[in-house]
Amino acid sequence: MSRIEGVLKSLKDQGRKALIPYITAGDPHPDQTVELMHTLVKAGADIIELGVPFSDPMADGPVIQLACERALKHGTSLRQVIGMVREFRKTDSATPVVLMGYLNPMEAMGYEAFADASADAGIDGVLTVDLPPEEADDVAPLFSQRGMDPIFLLAPTTTDSRIKAISEHSSGYVYYVSIKGVTGSATINVEEVAAKVAHIHELTALPVGVGFGIRDAKTAGAIGKVSDGVIVGSVLVDTIARHQSDPGALNKALYDLLYPMREALDSLAP
Amino acid sequence: MSVKLTDDMLKALPDSRGHFGAFGGRFVSETLMDSLMTLEKEYLRLKDDADFQAEFDKDLADYVGRPSPLYFAERLTRETGGAQIWLKREDLNHTGAHKVNNTIGQALLARFLGKKRIIAETGAGQHGVATATVCARLGLECHVFMGSEDVKRQSLNVYRMKLLGATVHAVESGTKTLKDAMNDAMRDWVANVDETFYIIGTVAGPHPYPLLVRDFQSVIGRELRRQSMEKVGKLPDALVACVGGGSNAIGMFYPFLTDESVELYGVEAGGLGIATGQHAAPLCAGRPGVLHGNRTYLMEDENGQIAGTHSVSAGLDYPGVGPEHSWLKDIGRANYVSVTDEEALAGFRTLTQVEGIMPALESAHAVAYALKLAATMDKDKMLVINVSGRGDKDIHTIAQLDGIEI
Repeated sequence: MSRIEGVLKSLKDQGRKALIPYITAGDPHPDQTVELMHTLVKAGADIIELGVPFSDPMADGPVIQLACERALKHGTSLRQVIGMVREFRKTDSATPVVLMGYLNPMEAMGYEAFADASADAGIDGVLTVDLPPEEADDVAPLFSQRGMDPIFLLAPTTTDSRIKAISEHSSGYVYYVSIKGVTGSATINVEEVAAKVAHIHELTALPVGVGFGIRDAKTAGAIGKVSDGVIVGSVLVDTIARHQSDPGALNKALYDLLYPMREALDSLAP
Repeated sequence: MSVKLTDDMLKALPDSRGHFGAFGGRFVSETLMDSLMTLEKEYLRLKDDADFQAEFDKDLADYVGRPSPLYFAERLTRETGGAQIWLKREDLNHTGAHKVNNTIGQALLARFLGKKRIIAETGAGQHGVATATVCARLGLECHVFMGSEDVKRQSLNVYRMKLLGATVHAVESGTKTLKDAMNDAMRDWVANVDETFYIIGTVAGPHPYPLLVRDFQSVIGRELRRQSMEKVGKLPDALVACVGGGSNAIGMFYPFLTDESVELYGVEAGGLGIATGQHAAPLCAGRPGVLHGNRTYLMEDENGQIAGTHSVSAGLDYPGVGPEHSWLKDIGRANYVSVTDEEALAGFRTLTQVEGIMPALESAHAVAYALKLAATMDKDKMLVINVSGRGDKDIHTIAQLDGIEI
């Protein structure tokens, strides 16, 4: 059982929901990322999605786009991001880390080299935004063979036959993109999400994480109720942007934002 | 090493997943997959639909003014002292460039799919103008995304689009040029996918765009074949076209791919020179990667981040290129070369002064290379330049370089 599957199973056994925060590696500075990851865990993160900065993040809104620009200004490379996870693992061997990013930096590094280095550093899953399963035949098996989970997106526009096919290519969990839009762009419709996630649960046994549009404890709680976990990104990255010049205040602000979401999710537990 | 292509080989490309050999494909976020698959299915149906094709042909004839002339540049030929130089006059199309061939076709598709809202990206503004034009004609809502750098460089085209009723969105992210305009167009599409048709302006992007844009632009090469036989009694010996994304080049080349005797030259933007790194020539100096939905040659750094580009011509200022060109390069069927900003500007002046034809700065790259190439060829050979657009939009840029305020 992978570290991701283990964590999600244990949460399920307790009737709890997963809190999955996203931050962009290297933002605001590469030296701060590992500390921020530990802060996320202290605030209740079950899994961390660590963004790999890319020059052309087409599926992201302005908040994460600017985070990528800040990280790239300091030259944050994919190899460095893998190094950050290695550093994180020195003191945390329990929290799964999923790399989330775009295909080209992985292609430039070489898929085999990327998979080897990632597995070696203790990375647990890889989510490539612009890699649908149709194009993943040469890539996803490299992750699976090394014990990492390939994680794919489902969208409101995904048909039933695709939901099944995508789930078959996935392990760990599937990531349901709750809105038609880029990250951080629109308000989530809880009823629509609830209906869609229930439908996805009929088509796959994999846990369903829901992301895009979760901004506060209230929406986290509401979405947690109807899914297996909530993924929180833009609102955290926006907090990082606002406190980028004050690392101390940044860690506190991040904690203060995330912890109430943990509480909201745990209040759902029996 | 060149591969002999056959009609059967070409028919099999792109494959069912949009691949041209190792290139192409569909690398987009999941939200867009359903739309792309629907578009592919509908296009494959309509492309053999007699009514659809008849309407397309009629629009090209009566609205665009096709066929565009094949013109013998007699004086230019004499002055160059080599092969006979002919010009395929896409600059004479309605809206002033080849771009309209494709926007007519895609707008027809949008109408068949029942989409009322159109988005497009543009670099030099030619594709934006061509899109705004067909939207005005069909009464469709039109949004054009354009890098804020390009908005400055091509203010005339920005105003043309506005006059045509389009909303022009100046894109401030990244390098503020064509690639960033394409990013924002994709973002808009994801958010409005149900009611929106994205008219991509070049042969790049996710499958089926490289296929359908190539098909719509292939009217250039089909006409050229016929005109060449009528006027000269043989096929040309060399075809020369500029390559940014590569739509005018593929449109010209495609109907000649199986004719081994016809040499194909795609001319990329060499900017300040390939050695300076300040250029937009991924086929000459890039390597394969994935951007904007397809695998193709790209300009990128060692970490896979997309590199900034430079060209005097906004329409060529793009770090990628259509996947079919990447394939043609790798199999050796087409030659990809580059000319610098300076050479392109000289090409612009030469064609203007010797033939009274002012090419777009994009097309001036093809002119500049063709003049060098023609000089090395025998006088009985025939070379055709695709004059993909006219230079009116570039007068400000040229004047500025001359230090003249207009």
